[in-house]
Amino acid sequence: MIHVEGLTKYYGDLCAVDHIDFDIKKGEIMGLLGPNGAGKTTTLRMLTGFLRPTSGTIRVKDYTIDEHSLEIKKLLGYLPEAAPLYHDMLAYDYLDYVANMRELERERKLSRIRELAEVCGLNDVMHKPIAELSKGFKQRVGLAHAMMSNPEILVLDEPTLGLDPNQIVEIRDIIRKIGKEKTIILSTHILSEAEATCDRIVIIHRGKIVADSRTETLKQSASGESLINISLKKADLESVERELGSIDGITSFVPLDDEEGVLRVRLTCQSSQDLREDIYRRIKRTKWILLEFRQETKTLENVFRELTRES
Amino acid sequence: MKQVIHIFQKEFRTYFVSPIAYIVIAIFLLVTGWFFFMTFFLYNQADLRNFFAMLPLIFSFVVPAITMRLFSEELNIGSYEILLTMPVTFRQVVVGKFLASVVFVAAMLIPTLAYPISVAFLGQLDWGPVMGGYVGAVLLGAAFSAIGLFASSLTRNQIIAFITGMAICFSLTLVDKMLFFLPGILLGFLQYLGADFHFRNISKGVIDSRDILYFLSVSFVALFGTHLVLQEKT
Repeated sequence: MIHVEGLTKYYGDLCAVDHIDFDIKKGEIMGLLGPNGAGKTTTLRMLTGFLRPTSGTIRVKDYTIDEHSLEIKKLLGYLPEAAPLYHDMLAYDYLDYVANMRELERERKLSRIRELAEVCGLNDVMHKPIAELSKGFKQRVGLAHAMMSNPEILVLDEPTLGLDPNQIVEIRDIIRKIGKEKTIILSTHILSEAEATCDRIVIIHRGKIVADSRTETLKQSASGESLINISLKKADLESVERELGSIDGITSFVPLDDEEGVLRVRLTCQSSQDLREDIYRRIKRTKWILLEFRQETKTLENVFRELTRES
Repeated sequence: MKQVIHIFQKEFRTYFVSPIAYIVIAIFLLVTGWFFFMTFFLYNQADLRNFFAMLPLIFSFVVPAITMRLFSEELNIGSYEILLTMPVTFRQVVVGKFLASVVFVAAMLIPTLAYPISVAFLGQLDWGPVMGGYVGAVLLGAAFSAIGLFASSLTRNQIIAFITGMAICFSLTLVDKMLFFLPGILLGFLQYLGADFHFRNISKGVIDSRDILYFLSVSFVALFGTHLVLQEKT
Protein backbone atom coordinates (compact mmCIF):
# COMPACT_ATOMS: atom_id res chain seq x y z
CA MET A 1 0.00 0.00 0.00
CA ILE A 2 2.65 2.49 1.06
CA HIS A 3 6.29 2.11 0.24
CA VAL A 4 8.89 4.48 1.65
CA GLU A 5 12.51 4.29 0.61
CA GLY A 6 15.51 6.31 1.68
CA LEU A 7 13.34 9.15 2.93
CA THR A 8 15.47 12.06 4.10
CA LYS A 9 14.69 15.59 5.20
CA TYR A 10 17.10 18.34 6.07
CA TYR A 11 16.07 21.62 7.65
CA GLY A 12 19.08 23.65 6.67
CA ASP A 13 21.94 21.72 8.21
CA LEU A 14 19.74 19.84 10.64
CA CYS A 15 18.91 16.33 9.57
CA ALA A 16 15.40 15.61 10.84
CA VAL A 17 14.80 12.33 9.04
CA ASP A 18 17.70 10.20 7.88
CA HIS A 19 17.21 7.56 5.19
CA ILE A 20 14.25 5.67 6.55
CA ASP A 21 12.53 2.81 4.76
CA PHE A 22 9.32 1.02 5.56
CA ASP A 23 6.35 -0.63 3.91
CA ILE A 24 2.80 -0.55 5.11
CA LYS A 25 0.32 -3.18 4.08
CA LYS A 26 -3.33 -2.59 3.47
CA GLY A 27 -5.41 -2.72 6.63
CA GLU A 28 -2.49 -2.31 8.97
CA ILE A 29 -2.44 0.07 11.92
CA MET A 30 1.09 1.30 12.25
CA GLY A 31 2.35 3.22 15.26
CA LEU A 32 5.23 5.60 14.79
CA LEU A 33 6.96 5.99 18.13
CA GLY A 34 9.84 8.09 19.25
CA PRO A 35 10.93 10.69 21.78
CA ASN A 36 10.23 14.36 21.15
CA GLY A 37 12.05 15.66 18.11
CA ALA A 38 12.76 12.20 16.72
CA GLY A 39 11.28 13.08 13.33
CA LYS A 40 7.79 11.61 13.65
CA THR A 41 5.88 14.68 12.55
CA THR A 42 8.36 15.42 9.77
CA THR A 43 7.92 11.89 8.42
CA LEU A 44 4.15 12.20 8.46
CA ARG A 45 4.26 15.63 6.85
CA MET A 46 6.29 14.25 3.99
CA LEU A 47 3.93 11.32 3.66
CA THR A 48 0.97 13.66 3.34
CA GLY A 49 2.69 15.87 0.81
CA PHE A 50 2.96 18.94 3.05
CA LEU A 51 6.75 18.88 3.07
CA ARG A 52 8.93 17.98 0.15
CA PRO A 53 11.55 15.32 1.00
CA THR A 54 15.18 16.28 0.51
CA SER A 55 15.68 12.87 -1.03
CA GLY A 56 14.04 9.48 -1.15
CA THR A 57 10.78 8.23 -2.57
CA ILE A 58 7.29 7.69 -1.27
CA ARG A 59 4.93 5.48 -3.22
CA VAL A 60 1.28 5.12 -2.36
CA LYS A 61 -0.36 2.43 -4.46
CA ASP A 62 0.99 3.24 -7.92
CA TYR A 63 1.56 6.90 -7.30
CA THR A 64 4.76 8.65 -6.33
CA ILE A 65 4.66 11.81 -4.29
CA ASP A 66 6.77 13.82 -6.76
CA GLU A 67 4.54 13.25 -9.73
CA HIS A 68 1.10 12.52 -8.36
CA SER A 69 0.86 14.44 -5.10
CA LEU A 70 -2.73 15.43 -5.89
CA GLU A 71 -3.85 11.82 -6.33
CA ILE A 72 -2.10 10.80 -3.13
CA LYS A 73 -3.75 13.65 -1.25
CA LYS A 74 -7.09 12.33 -2.41
CA LEU A 75 -6.32 8.91 -0.95
CA LEU A 76 -5.17 10.28 2.38
CA GLY A 77 -6.98 11.73 5.35
CA TYR A 78 -4.72 13.67 7.67
CA LEU A 79 -5.09 14.93 11.22
CA PRO A 80 -2.16 17.23 11.99
CA GLU A 81 -0.76 17.58 15.47
CA ALA A 82 -3.14 19.50 17.78
CA ALA A 83 -5.75 19.86 14.99
CA PRO A 84 -5.08 23.43 13.81
CA LEU A 85 -8.54 24.39 12.52
CA TYR A 86 -10.00 27.72 11.42
CA HIS A 87 -11.05 29.43 14.64
CA ASP A 88 -13.84 31.59 13.39
CA MET A 89 -15.84 28.96 11.55
CA LEU A 90 -18.68 26.93 13.00
CA ALA A 91 -17.95 23.23 13.29
CA TYR A 92 -20.69 22.52 10.76
CA ASP A 93 -19.46 25.15 8.29
CA TYR A 94 -15.98 23.78 8.61
CA LEU A 95 -17.03 20.23 7.84
CA ASP A 96 -19.15 21.50 4.97
CA TYR A 97 -16.12 23.31 3.56
CA VAL A 98 -14.00 20.18 3.91
CA ALA A 99 -16.70 18.13 2.18
CA ASN A 100 -16.64 20.61 -0.71
CA MET A 101 -12.87 20.54 -0.94
CA ARG A 102 -12.94 16.76 -0.91
CA GLU A 103 -15.39 16.95 -3.82
CA LEU A 104 -18.26 15.11 -2.19
CA GLU A 105 -21.44 15.26 -4.19
CA ARG A 106 -24.14 17.56 -2.98
CA GLU A 107 -26.55 14.74 -2.06
CA ARG A 108 -23.95 12.73 -0.18
CA LYS A 109 -22.52 15.71 1.67
CA LEU A 110 -25.21 16.15 4.28
CA SER A 111 -25.56 12.46 5.05
CA ARG A 112 -21.79 12.09 5.35
CA ILE A 113 -21.53 15.02 7.75
CA ARG A 114 -24.35 13.54 9.85
CA GLU A 115 -22.64 10.17 9.85
CA LEU A 116 -19.34 11.62 11.00
CA ALA A 117 -21.00 13.75 13.66
CA GLU A 118 -22.48 10.54 14.97
CA VAL A 119 -19.23 8.54 14.88
CA CYS A 120 -17.15 11.31 16.43
CA GLY A 121 -19.79 12.45 18.92
CA LEU A 122 -20.09 15.97 17.55
CA ASN A 123 -23.85 16.41 17.52
CA ASP A 124 -23.94 18.90 20.40
CA VAL A 125 -21.23 21.19 19.07
CA MET A 126 -22.05 21.43 15.37
CA HIS A 127 -23.28 25.01 15.70
CA LYS A 128 -20.54 26.36 17.89
CA PRO A 129 -17.52 28.29 16.61
CA ILE A 130 -14.43 26.10 16.65
CA ALA A 131 -12.60 28.62 18.83
CA GLU A 132 -15.07 27.92 21.65
CA LEU A 133 -14.66 24.15 21.57
CA SER A 134 -12.61 22.30 24.16
CA LYS A 135 -9.46 20.60 23.04
CA GLY A 136 -11.09 17.18 22.95
CA PHE A 137 -13.87 18.38 20.68
CA LYS A 138 -11.41 20.17 18.40
CA GLN A 139 -9.55 16.92 18.11
CA ARG A 140 -12.78 15.16 17.16
CA VAL A 141 -13.62 17.78 14.54
CA GLY A 142 -10.11 17.17 13.21
CA LEU A 143 -10.79 13.45 13.12
CA ALA A 144 -14.06 14.00 11.27
CA HIS A 145 -12.14 16.22 8.86
CA ALA A 146 -9.62 13.45 8.22
CA MET A 147 -12.32 10.85 7.59
CA MET A 148 -14.54 13.05 5.42
CA SER A 149 -13.84 11.47 2.05
CA ASN A 150 -13.73 7.97 3.54
CA PRO A 151 -10.05 7.74 2.55
CA GLU A 152 -8.22 4.46 2.31
CA ILE A 153 -5.35 5.73 4.39
CA LEU A 154 -5.57 7.76 7.58
CA VAL A 155 -2.57 9.60 8.96
CA LEU A 156 -3.00 10.77 12.54
CA ASP A 157 -0.34 12.83 14.28
CA GLU A 158 -0.65 12.37 18.05
CA PRO A 159 -4.41 11.89 17.97
CA THR A 160 -4.81 11.74 21.73
CA LEU A 161 -2.58 14.66 22.64
CA GLY A 162 -4.04 16.73 25.45
CA LEU A 163 -7.18 14.69 25.94
CA ASP A 164 -8.50 13.45 29.27
CA PRO A 165 -8.43 9.69 30.00
CA ASN A 166 -12.07 9.16 29.01
CA GLN A 167 -11.62 10.95 25.72
CA ILE A 168 -8.43 8.99 25.06
CA VAL A 169 -10.34 5.75 25.41
CA GLU A 170 -13.10 7.05 23.13
CA ILE A 171 -10.69 8.18 20.43
CA ARG A 172 -8.86 4.87 20.64
CA ASP A 173 -12.14 3.04 20.18
CA ILE A 174 -12.89 5.14 17.12
CA ILE A 175 -9.45 4.38 15.71
CA ARG A 176 -9.89 0.68 16.38
CA LYS A 177 -13.31 0.74 14.76
CA ILE A 178 -12.23 2.47 11.57
CA GLY A 179 -8.94 0.55 11.56
CA LYS A 180 -10.77 -2.62 10.64
CA GLU A 181 -11.09 -1.57 7.04
CA LYS A 182 -8.52 1.19 6.69
CA THR A 183 -4.79 1.59 6.73
CA ILE A 184 -3.83 3.85 9.62
CA ILE A 185 -0.55 5.45 10.51
CA LEU A 186 -0.46 7.19 13.85
CA SER A 187 2.35 8.81 15.73
CA THR A 188 2.53 8.98 19.47
CA HIS A 189 4.96 9.05 22.33
CA ILE A 190 2.56 7.28 24.67
CA LEU A 191 3.61 3.64 24.68
CA SER A 192 0.50 2.14 26.16
CA GLU A 193 -1.46 3.77 23.38
CA ALA A 194 0.66 2.19 20.68
CA GLU A 195 0.42 -1.10 22.50
CA ALA A 196 -3.34 -0.87 22.71
CA THR A 197 -4.11 0.24 19.16
CA CYS A 198 -1.35 -0.71 16.74
CA ASP A 199 -0.63 -3.94 14.90
CA ARG A 200 2.85 -2.85 14.16
CA ILE A 201 5.28 -0.47 15.80
CA VAL A 202 8.12 1.49 14.26
CA ILE A 203 10.37 3.29 16.69
CA ILE A 204 12.45 6.14 15.36
CA HIS A 205 15.18 7.98 17.13
CA ARG A 206 17.12 10.95 15.79
CA GLY A 207 15.63 10.44 12.36
CA LYS A 208 16.56 6.78 12.09
CA ILE A 209 14.46 3.65 12.48
CA VAL A 210 15.70 1.69 15.49
CA ALA A 211 12.95 -0.92 15.66
CA ASP A 212 10.28 -2.13 13.27
CA SER A 213 8.19 -5.15 14.17
CA ARG A 214 4.75 -6.38 15.07
CA THR A 215 3.54 -5.27 18.47
CA GLU A 216 3.51 -8.80 19.93
CA THR A 217 7.01 -9.58 18.72
CA LEU A 218 8.28 -6.41 20.25
CA LYS A 219 6.57 -7.20 23.52
CA GLN A 220 8.00 -10.73 23.54
CA SER A 221 11.49 -9.51 22.89
CA ALA A 222 10.91 -7.16 25.77
CA SER A 223 9.89 -9.93 28.13
CA GLY A 224 12.96 -12.09 27.47
CA GLU A 225 13.95 -11.87 31.09
CA SER A 226 12.30 -10.88 34.31
CA LEU A 227 13.65 -9.25 37.40
CA ILE A 228 12.84 -10.26 40.97
CA ASN A 229 13.52 -7.93 43.84
CA ILE A 230 13.75 -9.36 47.34
CA SER A 231 14.49 -7.71 50.67
CA LEU A 232 15.70 -9.89 53.53
CA LYS A 233 16.46 -9.32 57.16
CA LYS A 234 19.09 -11.31 59.02
CA ALA A 235 20.82 -12.36 55.80
CA ASP A 236 24.11 -11.59 54.01
CA LEU A 237 24.90 -11.64 50.31
CA GLU A 238 27.20 -14.64 50.48
CA SER A 239 24.70 -16.96 52.08
CA VAL A 240 21.95 -15.75 49.76
CA GLU A 241 24.09 -16.54 46.74
CA ARG A 242 24.92 -19.95 48.14
CA GLU A 243 21.33 -20.76 48.99
CA LEU A 244 19.60 -19.47 45.85
CA GLY A 245 22.43 -19.84 43.34
CA SER A 246 21.63 -23.48 42.79
CA ILE A 247 18.24 -22.68 41.27
CA ASP A 248 18.30 -23.13 37.52
CA GLY A 249 17.49 -20.03 35.53
CA ILE A 250 18.83 -17.33 37.83
CA THR A 251 21.57 -15.58 35.92
CA SER A 252 22.75 -12.86 38.27
CA PHE A 253 22.59 -11.37 41.75
CA VAL A 254 22.86 -7.63 42.11
CA PRO A 255 22.84 -6.20 45.62
CA LEU A 256 20.93 -2.94 45.78
CA ASP A 257 21.35 -0.18 48.37
CA ASP A 258 21.90 -1.49 51.88
CA GLU A 259 19.63 -0.40 54.64
CA GLU A 260 20.39 -1.02 58.28
CA GLY A 261 20.17 -4.77 58.68
CA VAL A 262 18.18 -5.29 55.49
CA LEU A 263 19.64 -6.87 52.39
CA ARG A 264 18.08 -6.01 49.05
CA VAL A 265 18.97 -8.12 46.05
CA ARG A 266 17.85 -8.05 42.44
CA LEU A 267 17.77 -11.42 40.73
CA THR A 268 17.75 -11.65 36.95
CA CYS A 269 15.85 -14.67 35.69
CA GLN A 270 15.04 -16.16 32.35
CA SER A 271 11.36 -15.74 32.08
CA SER A 272 10.67 -19.03 30.34
CA GLN A 273 9.72 -20.43 33.75
CA ASP A 274 8.34 -18.87 36.86
CA LEU A 275 10.98 -19.23 39.59
CA ARG A 276 9.11 -17.56 42.38
CA GLU A 277 7.89 -20.79 43.89
CA ASP A 278 11.40 -22.27 44.09
CA ILE A 279 12.83 -19.12 45.55
CA TYR A 280 10.13 -18.96 48.18
CA ARG A 281 10.71 -22.58 49.24
CA ARG A 282 14.45 -22.01 49.63
CA ILE A 283 13.93 -18.88 51.67
CA LYS A 284 11.41 -20.64 53.88
CA ARG A 285 14.07 -23.20 54.92
CA THR A 286 16.35 -20.50 56.30
CA LYS A 287 15.96 -18.16 59.25
CA TRP A 288 15.77 -15.04 57.06
CA ILE A 289 12.86 -12.73 57.36
CA LEU A 290 11.30 -11.87 54.02
CA LEU A 291 10.22 -8.23 53.80
CA GLU A 292 9.68 -7.77 50.07
CA PHE A 293 9.24 -10.12 47.15
CA ARG A 294 8.37 -8.49 43.83
CA GLN A 295 8.64 -9.51 40.18
CA GLU A 296 9.12 -6.95 37.40
CA THR A 297 8.64 -7.84 33.79
CA LYS A 298 10.45 -5.80 31.22
CA THR A 299 7.80 -3.85 29.37
CA LEU A 300 7.66 -2.02 26.10
CA GLU A 301 8.76 0.98 28.05
CA ASN A 302 12.10 -0.61 28.87
CA VAL A 303 12.63 -1.51 25.23
CA PHE A 304 11.74 1.99 24.18
CA ARG A 305 14.10 3.49 26.72
CA GLU A 306 16.92 1.18 25.72
CA LEU A 307 16.52 1.92 22.03
CA THR A 308 16.22 5.66 22.35
CA ARG A 309 18.64 6.33 25.16
CA GLU A 310 20.98 9.21 24.48
CA SER A 311 24.37 7.67 24.05
CA MET B 1 -11.76 25.39 -10.93
CA LYS B 2 -14.20 23.93 -8.41
CA GLN B 3 -11.55 24.06 -5.71
CA VAL B 4 -10.90 27.74 -6.51
CA ILE B 5 -14.58 28.48 -6.01
CA HIS B 6 -14.72 26.59 -2.71
CA ILE B 7 -11.72 28.45 -1.36
CA PHE B 8 -13.16 31.72 -2.61
CA GLN B 9 -16.50 31.02 -0.91
CA LYS B 10 -14.89 30.10 2.37
CA GLU B 11 -12.66 33.17 2.46
CA PHE B 12 -15.40 35.53 1.38
CA ARG B 13 -17.78 34.18 4.01
CA THR B 14 -15.14 34.42 6.70
CA TYR B 15 -14.87 38.16 6.00
CA PHE B 16 -18.50 38.64 6.80
CA VAL B 17 -18.78 36.40 9.87
CA SER B 18 -16.04 38.29 11.62
CA PRO B 19 -16.32 42.02 12.27
CA ILE B 20 -13.37 42.87 9.99
CA ALA B 21 -15.55 43.36 6.92
CA TYR B 22 -17.93 45.78 8.58
CA ILE B 23 -15.16 47.79 10.20
CA VAL B 24 -13.15 48.10 6.99
CA ILE B 25 -16.19 49.03 4.90
CA ALA B 26 -17.39 51.55 7.46
CA ILE B 27 -14.01 53.24 7.68
CA PHE B 28 -13.64 53.29 3.91
CA LEU B 29 -17.05 54.90 3.40
CA LEU B 30 -16.51 57.43 6.17
CA VAL B 31 -13.14 58.55 4.86
CA THR B 32 -14.11 58.73 1.19
CA GLY B 33 -17.48 60.33 1.97
CA TRP B 34 -15.97 62.98 4.17
CA PHE B 35 -13.12 63.95 1.85
CA PHE B 36 -15.32 63.93 -1.21
CA PHE B 37 -18.22 66.00 0.07
CA MET B 38 -16.01 68.36 2.07
CA THR B 39 -14.94 70.09 -1.13
CA PHE B 40 -17.69 68.98 -3.48
CA PHE B 41 -19.94 72.01 -3.01
CA LEU B 42 -17.04 74.45 -3.24
CA TYR B 43 -16.17 73.26 -6.74
CA ASN B 44 -19.79 73.41 -7.79
CA GLN B 45 -19.23 70.78 -10.48
CA ALA B 46 -21.29 67.66 -10.98
CA ASP B 47 -18.48 65.13 -11.34
CA LEU B 48 -16.70 62.50 -9.25
CA ARG B 49 -13.17 63.39 -10.20
CA ASN B 50 -12.15 64.15 -6.62
CA PHE B 51 -13.61 60.91 -5.38
CA PHE B 52 -11.61 58.84 -7.83
CA ALA B 53 -8.48 60.94 -7.37
CA MET B 54 -8.11 59.90 -3.76
CA LEU B 55 -8.93 56.22 -4.28
CA PRO B 56 -5.33 55.03 -4.95
CA LEU B 57 -4.14 56.60 -1.71
CA ILE B 58 -7.02 55.21 0.35
CA PHE B 59 -6.76 51.79 -1.26
CA SER B 60 -3.07 51.66 -0.31
CA PHE B 61 -4.21 51.52 3.31
CA VAL B 62 -7.48 49.67 3.05
CA VAL B 63 -6.64 46.83 0.66
CA PRO B 64 -3.62 45.51 2.62
CA ALA B 65 -5.89 45.51 5.68
CA ILE B 66 -8.26 43.23 3.79
CA THR B 67 -5.60 40.85 2.53
CA MET B 68 -3.33 40.75 5.58
CA ARG B 69 -5.01 37.75 7.18
CA LEU B 70 -5.34 35.57 4.09
CA PHE B 71 -2.08 33.69 4.50
CA SER B 72 -0.60 35.05 7.75
CA GLU B 73 -3.46 33.71 9.82
CA GLU B 74 -3.20 30.27 8.25
CA LEU B 75 0.53 30.18 8.83
CA ASN B 76 0.07 31.36 12.39
CA ILE B 77 -2.56 28.89 13.58
CA GLY B 78 -1.18 26.07 11.43
CA SER B 79 -4.32 25.48 9.39
CA TYR B 80 -2.05 25.96 6.40
CA GLU B 81 -1.02 22.35 6.90
CA ILE B 82 -4.63 21.22 6.66
CA LEU B 83 -5.23 23.35 3.59
CA LEU B 84 -2.24 21.97 1.71
CA THR B 85 -2.94 18.33 2.55
CA MET B 86 -6.34 18.59 0.92
CA PRO B 87 -6.37 17.88 -2.80
CA VAL B 88 -5.51 21.40 -4.00
CA THR B 89 -2.63 22.95 -5.86
CA PHE B 90 -0.80 26.12 -4.86
CA ARG B 91 -2.30 27.86 -7.85
CA GLN B 92 -5.85 27.10 -6.79
CA VAL B 93 -5.17 28.35 -3.27
CA VAL B 94 -3.60 31.59 -4.47
CA VAL B 95 -6.29 32.33 -7.06
CA GLY B 96 -9.13 31.48 -4.66
CA LYS B 97 -7.87 33.83 -2.00
CA PHE B 98 -7.11 36.54 -4.55
CA LEU B 99 -10.65 36.38 -5.92
CA ALA B 100 -12.10 36.63 -2.42
CA SER B 101 -10.17 39.83 -1.85
CA VAL B 102 -11.08 41.36 -5.24
CA VAL B 103 -14.76 40.61 -4.80
CA PHE B 104 -14.58 42.09 -1.31
CA VAL B 105 -13.11 45.31 -2.75
CA ALA B 106 -15.92 45.38 -5.32
CA ALA B 107 -18.48 44.86 -2.55
CA MET B 108 -16.91 47.73 -0.67
CA LEU B 109 -17.35 49.99 -3.71
CA ILE B 110 -21.04 49.20 -4.14
CA PRO B 111 -22.30 51.55 -1.39
CA THR B 112 -20.31 54.40 -2.99
CA LEU B 113 -22.66 54.21 -5.98
CA ALA B 114 -24.82 56.46 -3.82
CA TYR B 115 -22.40 59.32 -4.62
CA PRO B 116 -22.88 59.39 -8.42
CA ILE B 117 -26.60 58.84 -7.99
CA SER B 118 -26.99 61.77 -5.63
CA VAL B 119 -24.69 63.91 -7.78
CA ALA B 120 -26.84 63.07 -10.81
CA PHE B 121 -29.80 64.63 -9.00
CA LEU B 122 -27.85 67.83 -8.38
CA GLY B 123 -26.55 68.42 -11.88
CA GLN B 124 -25.70 67.01 -15.28
CA LEU B 125 -23.43 64.05 -14.50
CA ASP B 126 -21.32 62.61 -17.30
CA TRP B 127 -21.59 58.85 -16.72
CA GLY B 128 -18.60 57.94 -18.94
CA PRO B 129 -15.82 58.88 -16.50
CA VAL B 130 -17.86 57.40 -13.65
CA MET B 131 -18.06 54.01 -15.36
CA GLY B 132 -14.38 54.21 -16.26
CA GLY B 133 -13.60 55.17 -12.69
CA TYR B 134 -15.34 52.12 -11.29
CA VAL B 135 -13.68 49.77 -13.77
CA GLY B 136 -10.35 51.33 -12.85
CA ALA B 137 -11.13 51.05 -9.14
CA VAL B 138 -11.74 47.33 -9.43
CA LEU B 139 -8.55 46.87 -11.46
CA LEU B 140 -6.62 48.91 -8.91
CA GLY B 141 -8.18 46.87 -6.11
CA ALA B 142 -7.10 43.67 -7.88
CA ALA B 143 -3.51 44.85 -8.28
CA PHE B 144 -3.29 45.95 -4.64
CA SER B 145 -4.98 42.73 -3.49
CA ALA B 146 -2.32 40.70 -5.25
CA ILE B 147 0.40 42.80 -3.61
CA GLY B 148 -1.28 42.43 -0.20
CA LEU B 149 -1.57 38.68 -0.71
CA PHE B 150 2.11 38.50 -1.51
CA ALA B 151 2.95 40.43 1.69
CA SER B 152 0.69 38.11 3.66
CA SER B 153 2.43 34.99 2.37
CA LEU B 154 5.78 36.30 3.61
CA THR B 155 5.05 36.29 7.33
CA ARG B 156 2.92 34.71 9.99
CA ASN B 157 2.39 38.08 11.64
CA GLN B 158 -0.62 39.96 10.31
CA ILE B 159 0.66 43.38 11.35
CA ILE B 160 3.92 42.89 9.49
CA ALA B 161 1.93 41.66 6.49
CA PHE B 162 -0.21 44.82 6.62
CA ILE B 163 2.73 47.19 6.89
CA THR B 164 4.71 45.46 4.13
CA GLY B 165 1.71 45.45 1.81
CA MET B 166 0.94 49.06 2.58
CA ALA B 167 4.53 50.14 1.95
CA ILE B 168 4.55 48.55 -1.51
CA CYS B 169 1.13 49.93 -2.50
CA PHE B 170 2.01 53.35 -1.14
CA SER B 171 5.25 53.46 -3.13
CA LEU B 172 3.45 52.48 -6.33
CA THR B 173 0.88 55.20 -5.73
CA LEU B 174 3.33 57.96 -4.96
CA VAL B 175 6.17 57.14 -7.34
CA ASP B 176 4.88 59.39 -10.12
CA LYS B 177 4.52 62.31 -7.71
CA MET B 178 8.19 61.99 -6.75
CA LEU B 179 9.45 62.20 -10.33
CA PHE B 180 10.78 65.68 -9.66
CA PHE B 181 13.53 64.27 -7.45
CA LEU B 182 14.47 61.37 -9.65
CA PRO B 183 17.07 61.09 -12.45
CA GLY B 184 15.84 62.14 -15.87
CA ILE B 185 16.67 58.97 -17.75
CA LEU B 186 14.41 56.91 -15.53
CA LEU B 187 11.46 59.28 -15.73
CA GLY B 188 9.46 57.47 -18.37
CA PHE B 189 10.01 54.11 -16.79
CA LEU B 190 9.15 55.25 -13.28
CA GLN B 191 6.09 57.11 -14.42
CA TYR B 192 4.90 53.99 -16.16
CA LEU B 193 5.42 52.09 -12.90
CA GLY B 194 3.11 54.39 -10.94
CA ALA B 195 -0.32 53.01 -10.15
CA ASP B 196 -1.79 56.49 -9.80
CA PHE B 197 -0.66 57.49 -13.29
CA HIS B 198 -2.56 54.62 -14.92
CA PHE B 199 -5.54 54.98 -12.68
CA ARG B 200 -5.90 58.67 -13.55
CA ASN B 201 -6.11 57.78 -17.23
CA ILE B 202 -8.87 55.27 -16.70
CA SER B 203 -10.84 57.48 -14.34
CA LYS B 204 -10.94 60.18 -17.00
CA GLY B 205 -13.06 57.71 -18.92
CA VAL B 206 -10.29 56.76 -21.33
CA ILE B 207 -9.97 53.00 -21.21
CA ASP B 208 -6.58 52.38 -22.75
CA SER B 209 -5.26 48.86 -23.17
CA ARG B 210 -1.88 49.95 -21.79
CA ASP B 211 -3.43 50.89 -18.46
CA ILE B 212 -5.43 47.71 -18.26
CA LEU B 213 -2.33 45.75 -19.12
CA TYR B 214 -0.45 47.54 -16.33
CA PHE B 215 -2.91 46.50 -13.64
CA LEU B 216 -3.15 42.97 -14.96
CA SER B 217 0.63 42.57 -15.05
CA VAL B 218 1.07 43.97 -11.53
CA SER B 219 -1.52 41.45 -10.33
CA PHE B 220 0.13 38.64 -12.20
CA VAL B 221 3.64 39.40 -10.97
CA ALA B 222 2.49 39.64 -7.35
CA LEU B 223 0.45 36.45 -7.55
CA PHE B 224 3.33 34.63 -9.16
CA GLY B 225 5.58 35.87 -6.37
CA THR B 226 3.09 34.53 -3.82
CA HIS B 227 3.12 31.20 -5.60
CA LEU B 228 6.92 31.06 -5.41
CA VAL B 229 6.97 32.01 -1.72
CA LEU B 230 4.49 29.27 -0.88
CA GLN B 231 6.43 26.70 -2.83
CA GLU B 232 9.60 27.69 -1.01
CA LYS B 233 7.96 27.03 2.35
CA THR B 234 7.61 23.28 1.88
